[in-house]
Amino acid sequence: MARAATTTDAFNAVAEPRRRQILDLLAAGERPVNDLAELLGLAQPQVSKHLRVLREVDLVHVRDEGRQRMYRINAAPLKSIHDWLRKYEQAWNTRFDLMDDVLDELKESELKETELKESELKESELKDGELKEAEAHDDEH
Amino acid sequence: MTSTKGTAKVTLPADNQILITREFDAPARLVWKAYTTPELIKRWWSGERGTVLSAEVDLRVGGRWRYVMEAGGGFEVAFHGEYREIQEPVRLMNTEAYEGIPDPDANAALVTTTFTEKDGRTYMEMLSEHRDKAGRDAVIDSGMEGGMQEGMDALERIAMSLT
Repeated sequence: MARAATTTDAFNAVAEPRRRQILDLLAAGERPVNDLAELLGLAQPQVSKHLRVLREVDLVHVRDEGRQRMYRINAAPLKSIHDWLRKYEQAWNTRFDLMDDVLDELKESELKETELKESELKESELKDGELKEAEAHDDEH
Repeated sequence: MTSTKGTAKVTLPADNQILITREFDAPARLVWKAYTTPELIKRWWSGERGTVLSAEVDLRVGGRWRYVMEAGGGFEVAFHGEYREIQEPVRLMNTEAYEGIPDPDANAALVTTTFTEKDGRTYMEMLSEHRDKAGRDAVIDSGMEGGMQEGMDALERIAMSLT
C-alpha cells in the first residue's frame, strides 16, 4: 500500500512539522493568518503557503470575516491517519497481550522453583537437625 | 493489579520514528526473557494474525536475528536484523529490516528497546528510527496488510458458506 509522494493527501501534508504546528494552533480555535504567523514566528507568506497545502487536502477550512480570512481545522481527513495507526497499534496489542500470558507462566514457574528450593532447604535443615540429634544421642552413650 | 491487556500505545514522535510503549505486570528479567527467547517469541510475535514459522536469535553484539510468520493464506511476513547493543535486562539495540519492501537492509530501522522496572512491573519503550518517512510508513502498512489479509480470509469464509 505505497502512498504517492505528493502533498495531495493528508498523510503527507502533516509530515511537515510546521504544518503540524499550524494544526495544533488551529485545534484550539479559529485564527487569522497574521495570528498564526506571529505565534509561529514565521513570515506571513510562509504561513499562507502551508495553509494553502492544508486547504488542498481539506485539513483546513477558511471563511471571510470582514477584511480578515479566518482559518479553522477540519479533522475528518486526520481520521484516516488515526485509523491507519490504530491498525498497527492493534497488531502490537495482540502481540503484547499474548506476551502477558507467557509472563504469567514465567512468574508462576519461578514461584514454584522458589517454593521447591525453600522446601528442599527445610528438608535438609530437618535432616541436619535429625543428624545432630542422633549425634547428640551418640555422645550420650 | 490493573490489567495490562490492550494498553500498548503507538505514537509517531518524528517523521521517521515509531514509538511503542507498554507496561507489563512482571519484573524486567522475565520481560527480557519473553522478548529474546526463541521458544517464547514464537508464542507471541505473530499476535493473532497467524503462526510464527521461525524465530532465530543470536543474542550477542553483531549477532543476527530473523522472525518469520505466516498470516492467513500463506502470506508470509519476515523481519531480520543485527544486535548492536545488549544490556540485559534494561536495554537492547538492534537493526530491523522488513523483508516485504525492496532492498530491506538499506532501509533497515534502528530499534532501541528499554525496560524500566518499578515495583515489580516493567515499562517498555520501543523506539524505531527509520531512514526516512517512506520506510517508516511501509512498516506501519505491514500491520495493515496483515489485517487486510485477515479481512480477505473472513470474506472468503463467508463467500464459501453462501455457496
